[in-house]
Amino acid sequence: MPVQTFVLNGQQVTVNCQDDLRLLWVLRDILGVHGPKYGCGLDVCKACTSHINGEAFNPCSVPVSDIEPTDEITTIEGLPATVGMDLHPMQQAWLDYDVAQCGYCQPGQIMAAVALVNEVRANGGTITDDDLDAIRNICRCGTYYRIREAISAGASNM
Amino acid sequence: MPHRTSALPLAGGEEPLTRPVTFTRRRFLGYVIAAPTLATAAPLLVESMTRPAAAVVSSPPEPSQIYDLTDMLTDAAAPTSNLITIVVNSDGTASFALPRAEVGQGITTAVAMTIADEMDLSIEQVVITLADARPELVWNQLTGGSNTMHSIFTPVRVAAAIARQQLLQAAAALLGGLPSDFAVSDGVITAPSGATTTYGALASAAASSTTMPVSVELKPDSARTIVGTSQPRIDALDIVTGRKQFAMDLEVPGAMPTMVCRPPTINGIVSSVENIAQVAAMPGVTDVAVVSTGVAVRAATFGQCIDAVDALEVTWGPGTEDGKSDATVLAELKSAELPLASDLPLLASSVEQEFVFYFVSNSPLETNCAIADVRSDSAEIWSSMKSPIVAQQTIAQKLGLSQDQVTCHVVQGGGSFGRHLFFDAALEAAEISQKMGVPVKLMWHRADDFRQGRTHPMCTSRVRASYLSGNVLTFEQRHTSVSTDFTHGLGEIITASLAELPFGDIGFAETVFELSQSVPYNFGVTDQLLAEVDMGFNTGSMRNIYSPDVTTATELIVDQLAGAMGQDPYAFRRAFLNDDRLLAVLDAVAKAGNWGRSMPAQMAQGLGLHGEYKSRAAALVEIDCTAATVNRQITNGYGGPRVTKVVLAVDVGLPINPLNLEAQMMGGIMDGIARALTFSLHIQDGIPLEASWDNTYYTRQWNVPFDLEVIVMPPTSDEPGGAGELGVAPAMAAVACAYARATGTVPTSFPINHNGPLGFEPYPTVPPIPEEPTDGLSHEY
Repeated sequence: MPVQTFVLNGQQVTVNCQDDLRLLWVLRDILGVHGPKYGCGLDVCKACTSHINGEAFNPCSVPVSDIEPTDEITTIEGLPATVGMDLHPMQQAWLDYDVAQCGYCQPGQIMAAVALVNEVRANGGTITDDDLDAIRNICRCGTYYRIREAISAGASNM
Repeated sequence: MPHRTSALPLAGGEEPLTRPVTFTRRRFLGYVIAAPTLATAAPLLVESMTRPAAAVVSSPPEPSQIYDLTDMLTDAAAPTSNLITIVVNSDGTASFALPRAEVGQGITTAVAMTIADEMDLSIEQVVITLADARPELVWNQLTGGSNTMHSIFTPVRVAAAIARQQLLQAAAALLGGLPSDFAVSDGVITAPSGATTTYGALASAAASSTTMPVSVELKPDSARTIVGTSQPRIDALDIVTGRKQFAMDLEVPGAMPTMVCRPPTINGIVSSVENIAQVAAMPGVTDVAVVSTGVAVRAATFGQCIDAVDALEVTWGPGTEDGKSDATVLAELKSAELPLASDLPLLASSVEQEFVFYFVSNSPLETNCAIADVRSDSAEIWSSMKSPIVAQQTIAQKLGLSQDQVTCHVVQGGGSFGRHLFFDAALEAAEISQKMGVPVKLMWHRADDFRQGRTHPMCTSRVRASYLSGNVLTFEQRHTSVSTDFTHGLGEIITASLAELPFGDIGFAETVFELSQSVPYNFGVTDQLLAEVDMGFNTGSMRNIYSPDVTTATELIVDQLAGAMGQDPYAFRRAFLNDDRLLAVLDAVAKAGNWGRSMPAQMAQGLGLHGEYKSRAAALVEIDCTAATVNRQITNGYGGPRVTKVVLAVDVGLPINPLNLEAQMMGGIMDGIARALTFSLHIQDGIPLEASWDNTYYTRQWNVPFDLEVIVMPPTSDEPGGAGELGVAPAMAAVACAYARATGTVPTSFPINHNGPLGFEPYPTVPPIPEEPTDGLSHEY
């Protein structure tokens, strides 16, 4: 069985599994990291959104062998450590606006929001309605309006 | 079997079901339970009802205006004198196992607030878990009909008040003085002398070695400090850190990932499997078994399950709806439609329209899933179940076990929207675990959840109203629907309650329709009928059941009546409403939303009203139907008209947590927007074409209003009404009315985009699971 290794939430991890197993199953079923959720397995609902080297991606759609040993994968569990705090400012904004309802999509929403703000910042801009409209993450509870409010607030503290 | 909701069955002008409104403090009976630390209990029985008196003369009250679904669900609890129990722990916390399912609607937070307020604890000192199936509760463990807080508010307060009373008596015995002179804050008791003790310190001393009845007076409303204030969800931190556990996050020893290869038509059956041995030898695969719903595979990872499912070569037998399409179902509905009254009043003019509402999936984001560990003499199930007792009974029957050999753990759900009224995954997981002889962690694929999962049934609604000389004389509605499956325990309640209902023994669906639908306007002779056809689809209740469709049809006709009679839609509603609480929410949105303001071409406002669950809501919507907006390009998605602003006012009687009430309304609004404009399933060749969230268009960020305001009305009752489903109907109706006013065309089929060009290439049905993408790294941002 091939050996797969990468950096997960700051720690080098190694697993034995087939090359084409999607990373989501490596995280959830082998490593027991349950923050990234399954909502479609088609790179559509975005419930599993995590970061690779600081950029948002969906592990349901990446064969584990595509991940390099030095790639840094961050899930919601590792997000606070990226800023050296107990909670990332975006997580705090989610609490301040009481965004969540069932909560199933929210880890993915937060990871998408952080990457979006970073990307907009890197391009020298600030978050606009068009940026928010481009977020594809499904929230079937319909928390979208509070998500928009929280992203704007969280961005100001990032 | 049609039934009419217009009859006035109450003889002699009496209102035998109307009980006096009581705002006075009453004494309630509860219990101290024999236990090592203090445990108190109350029967799940709410005796105080605030049923509205029917005072309108020109339209006789419809049954649902006197005795509605909320009453039935609440009264069903009355003969079940089984107890809910609060335990005071020696660390000072109070624990309560809620016999309901939390699926995002915020009931765990609301119950924690209620207990904390009654006991003078902080919310953090209250620990809420979800109770396993408790068969002794019979039909009183159903989460549905937006009934939880209405049915549980007073029982929880009684148990909490008794706990506080017992603790203060123990404090008085310890410190001297009268319990009534003691002050309590966050579980710290202070005597007049200044001496203090705590609930935690007294938890054992206040305990009883025998179970005994105790009476108690509840706190006056004026003493509340938590109920009625905005509080964040008690699980918010767990959610944002990824720690909140859903069923598929539980680690049950031996329960390995399991999926099912499902048929290419709805409810198709397995004829034969050609390659079981080969699939069983695939990497990671441990078991393959033919079950009643398809072919189950169990493997080390879900990825390997997907590979195995798609490698199976299955010959499928017929399903229950083979060959059916939107068009054939529509024809069935039309042929089953009940006739309108043959004659209109002499000289009257009329407006008439038929509306079509297509199938919609009630799937949450978390797909159907369950863990099952079935042994020869026992079974243990973990799943989000809103009817766990019926689940326990049905699973026991399926497995050949007795009911008490089956344990059903209710896990917090990743949404429900009606889906978890049924326990399809729990039953299937139990069958698979028994067949394989090992524990399983069963998860449905997204494609299966849309194609084989339950739906809101397709239906039509024909409405005709007649008017003369400024009066509306008749209002008739003929609702015709593919059958809605209510056999999840609500059915048991109805069966048990039929004799108590004011209109005799009618079917389940007709009863729910009867109890939930009404026309809140003085429209003369008002007559709403339901007919059902076609039992072969997998259906169920979807958030707000009949009301979004019925209300949308009604409110579109109301706008047409207003137009025909030369009146403004708001002024017309004000003139004809027969319900003061609806009038108040209507006025609130009209004022806050600046009704009647000038709008550019192809943009307009719309209004929608709805009362249900002892609650009332009104929505004012602004929509943008300009070509630039409608035709905006969305990659793998659908833009369409955009609702730019929503103001919704809500009166739930007694709001417990305004912050969460606003959230529930926001969710209802998003559902209403989706149901009006974009969200549906297309049936073709006996199965929905949709298999992904990019196929069926629930609201996405690009559909969200830029401006959204929820107005929580001041209390109008001493009890909470329902909220979870309430926002959908008025929002959907308001969007439809706004669309009609913006475009000049009354929409007659919903969602409005349903009959446009299909916006996606359907995934194949064989193999059932679409191939997992591999290009995820090319979409980074």
